[in-house]
Amino acid sequence: MLLVPCPNCGPRDASDFKFGGESSSRPDPRTATPEQWRDYVHLKTNVAGNQKETWYCRGCRTYFSLHRDTVTNIFGAPQS
Amino acid sequence: MARKKPARYSAFDLVKRGLKNEEWPRLWDHHDLNKSYDAIIIGGGVHGLATAYYLAKDHGITNVAVMDKGYLGGGGSGRNTAIVRSNYLTPEGINFYNRSLELYGSMATDHNLNVMFSERGHLTLAHSDASLRTMRWRAEVNKLQNINSLVIGPDEVKKIVPSLDISRDAAHPIEGALFHPPGGIIRHDAVVWAYARSAAAMGTQMHQKTEVLDIICEGGSGPDGKGPGGKVTGVRTNRGDVSAPVVVNCTAGWATLISDMAGVKLPITTFTLQAAVTEPVKVFLPAVVVSGSLHCYVSQTDRGELVFGAAVDPVSTYSMRGTFEFTENLAGHILDLMPGVAKMRLLRQWAGLCDMTPDYSPVMGVTPVEGFYVDVGWGTYGFKAGPGSGEAMANTISSGRNADIIAPFDLARFAEDRLVGEKGAAAVGH
Ligand SMILES: Cc1cc2nc3c(=O)[nH]c(=O)nc-3n(C[C@H](O)[C@H](O)[C@H](O)COP(=O)(O)OP(=O)(O)OC[C@H]3O[C@@H](n4cnc5c(N)ncnc54)[C@H](O)[C@@H]3O)c2cc1C
Ligand SMILES: [Zn+2]
Repeated sequence: MLLVPCPNCGPRDASDFKFGGESSSRPDPRTATPEQWRDYVHLKTNVAGNQKETWYCRGCRTYFSLHRDTVTNIFGAPQS
Repeated sequence: MARKKPARYSAFDLVKRGLKNEEWPRLWDHHDLNKSYDAIIIGGGVHGLATAYYLAKDHGITNVAVMDKGYLGGGGSGRNTAIVRSNYLTPEGINFYNRSLELYGSMATDHNLNVMFSERGHLTLAHSDASLRTMRWRAEVNKLQNINSLVIGPDEVKKIVPSLDISRDAAHPIEGALFHPPGGIIRHDAVVWAYARSAAAMGTQMHQKTEVLDIICEGGSGPDGKGPGGKVTGVRTNRGDVSAPVVVNCTAGWATLISDMAGVKLPITTFTLQAAVTEPVKVFLPAVVVSGSLHCYVSQTDRGELVFGAAVDPVSTYSMRGTFEFTENLAGHILDLMPGVAKMRLLRQWAGLCDMTPDYSPVMGVTPVEGFYVDVGWGTYGFKAGPGSGEAMANTISSGRNADIIAPFDLARFAEDRLVGEKGAAAVGH
């Protein structure tokens, strides 16, 4: 069981959260071509190692970012 | 000298070797790495090995190395719950699954190796009117594709699996089921060994404990000549550099790590899928039973163990550790479905890596890097598609262009918005 460090609630079981996947930077929707937009939506880095990712805490209803090593599942400190 | 066919197994051979206490011939030989090959296949799972087999058998291409960083079948191909079926939703997908089912049907004789294929029937239960409606839709779509697939009522469910409770006061009453008679289970290890043995007999080399560390490219738009517009010239491994004009990525959960080495980005995220098996009991479950709304499925092996599976884990990871959360959820759902197994004990649970795509369909064929091919993105459903994929990939590699059957699954579909949505038939039952 993963213990996810929520910045508000502290470490809690992963089942209290929704995993939002790896973070990536969104192109400007007004200027992006359809191809750029689809790349942003679909293509993944899927790194084996340190990954910045999004989580949603169902307890305090907050979205936040975390760093996690996807090989060991060890979390870094939470960030907003 | 390459043999064309491996030594035959027979009852006579069994008795002879048993009496003389003779060694059995190895399924494939050990080789030093050559300096170069016509093609290198990365990943010794069912997809890589079937590709190697069909390259040799259909196209006479045998100067080929299959490289695996671990042992053959150590990835998803030796960890899956071995369910084969073809009652999917998209015509593109069904083409594949159906062709594979056909090839699995004759595999034991084709390869002279008992793969224990058991066409025992596959039931997807409906516990509500809404899911019964979905089953009707799936059955109609299947019929149009000539797939043996129909909706049956609770009484017929009971006839097929007498131990299921079809009464109205069950926790989750059974309203009916999607029934797929040709679906069943197969022995996954034997499938891996059959392809490896047959390919090796034709001259293809199996290299275990051979990890690909980098792919050597030239002329591409990215660093070190990698990326679109370039071509592959070989691979760097823990056993040295090897050159080849063709490199095929069949690494499933590790697919993006290998594609990164060629500068090709994929729409793939790696998640674990877990399964568990009980102690063996007398056979009582004659078909594969799936419950989408209870997020679980079960089949009984010929040895009597119940094999359980569920949907993919919620967090992406490369760690193959199982979780207690999985066992707890699984037990809860299985007991809702079959309260009678409450006293049975789980013997083992395990996890494997699955290469999930946004549309629950694979990514196959040529890439923007010349000579670099992919057969990945098979997620939680790729074992059953191994034979058809190997055949189509071999066809694609030998001609240099995507075979018709895989054209809809090319990498370009994501940029061109041609997704092949298969989630409805693939999310829980694999
Ligand atoms: C628990 C579970 C249950 C499943 N149930 C079913 C089911 O019932 N039916 C079904 O059809 N499918 C099922 N699947 C999915 C199925 O197992 C996979 O889709 C399929 O096995 C993928 O086969 P493959 O040959 O593509 O990859 P794999 O068998 O995963 O092989 C990939 C290989 O690549 C090797 N590799 C990785 N990186 C490197 C490197 N750098 N160098 C060299 N080698 C490398 C790995 O060691 C591995 O052996 C299940 C999966 C799991 C985990
Ligand atoms: Zn919180």
